[in-house]
Amino acid sequence: MLDDVFRDEWGRVLASLVGFIGDFDKAEDAVQEAFAIAAERWPSAGMPDNPGAWLVTTARNRAIDRIRRERTLAEKIHLLPPPEATVDEIDDSVIKDERLELIFTCCHPALPLEGQVALTLRALGGLETAEIARAFLVSEETMKRRLSRAKTKIKATGIPFSVPDAHRLPERLDAVLAVVYLIYNEGYRGRVDLGAEAIRLGQVLTALIPDEPEAQGLLALMMLHHARRHARFSGEDLVLLDDQDRSLWDMRQISAGRAVLDKAIALGGRGAYVVRAAIASLQTSEHVDWPQVATLYRRLAELTGSPVVELNRAVALAQAGDPATALLAVDRLDLDGYLYFHSTRGELLRRLGRDDEARAAYRRALDLATSTPEKRFLTRRLENL
Amino acid sequence: MQYALMIYADPGSQEALSDAERAAVFEEYSVLADDPRRVGGAQLQSAETATNVRVDGGRTLMTDGPFADTKEVLGGFFLIEAADLDEALEFAARIPAARLGGAVEVRPVVQG
Repeated sequence: MLDDVFRDEWGRVLASLVGFIGDFDKAEDAVQEAFAIAAERWPSAGMPDNPGAWLVTTARNRAIDRIRRERTLAEKIHLLPPPEATVDEIDDSVIKDERLELIFTCCHPALPLEGQVALTLRALGGLETAEIARAFLVSEETMKRRLSRAKTKIKATGIPFSVPDAHRLPERLDAVLAVVYLIYNEGYRGRVDLGAEAIRLGQVLTALIPDEPEAQGLLALMMLHHARRHARFSGEDLVLLDDQDRSLWDMRQISAGRAVLDKAIALGGRGAYVVRAAIASLQTSEHVDWPQVATLYRRLAELTGSPVVELNRAVALAQAGDPATALLAVDRLDLDGYLYFHSTRGELLRRLGRDDEARAAYRRALDLATSTPEKRFLTRRLENL
Repeated sequence: MQYALMIYADPGSQEALSDAERAAVFEEYSVLADDPRRVGGAQLQSAETATNVRVDGGRTLMTDGPFADTKEVLGGFFLIEAADLDEALEFAARIPAARLGGAVEVRPVVQG
């Protein structure tokens, strides 16, 4: 219970403190102190009416105390208002939400991508350094260095704590969405459920900027995929959409995802995340409208120029009952080093009754397979021919 | 804060331009040089004029050519005053070399 409050409040409290003292490390120290005091007091004294405001006020007081103790340091701290005045002026009920500023700082393109990802999870998601390290399969020491390098660059280069101006906003928002999507796609690798974490970030983002269709589209996409996570694997093995046990799908999350998608479309969203979400939505319907899926993949291919998207379009064409056209589309692609190019060809050739060629394509795919589940899957396909 | 914008140009890029285009690029540099945020800077002569100096055990060693043997060469720099990195990056993006096959390295200056 206390943990939930902490997770929910961490980003907001940290954002407020970074905005207050303009220094990431000092803000984090102060917030951590405030949370430690809360963990000690709240179980016996009870939780305050507004835990967020209490945490912000306590963290600010801690920060000011520390700065008073280190006067010489205080002079160097950017944007520090006179401490006395500030303590009195804190309004317990209204703490400005500065998480959007924090998100844009963490996802600044001047930072290395892995630093953006780690910092976003730490600062907004409230994950511990050790948890992030586990999720990305690196040592805690490495993750600590990665975070510290990012924070040092923010401070040394003057990366602003602000929401970009209107003319910069679209490309900066793209960068933020890319970080969240990357976190989502890391989802299944480690022990921490980054998928759920990415969805939480998406929810924060869409609450802060409710009128951005692509942010809504990304959230919808993640929810619609996440809803099928338990059906996607059987043990270690990947289960294809057609063979998934639908009783394992989280229908509540699917309908919630669809509602978010509707909002994105109503906002005029026609971008890549919205289209991907629309595809995911179609794929979770009772009878999948494959011609419509193929049309959406065509649109997505136009938006992204990605041959992998073209490959998916071909799969949709085949599902719609036209493997011959699908094979023509696949053979136009320059994806010789890509496992799924060959396994898709194999499947299409099989459906067309060209078994020898299908076998050759599956063998080529098997040559490129690196993981055991992939190899098992392809071997099974070969044996069934 | 002060930022150094170090301009790494593709040496061939200027020659590839027509006279009119070259005049337009020159004009763009003049506009940037007149920007009130510019507090210093210089255009350097070509990389062929460079000499590297090292001192090893009290002996001065000189070699001909620029320090790094790359396609893009340091052609000059601006020193600007900007509110934050975003403003400096925006200034950097307006430097013609950045879109003519080169790049601009943006580095904050150590404050005294």
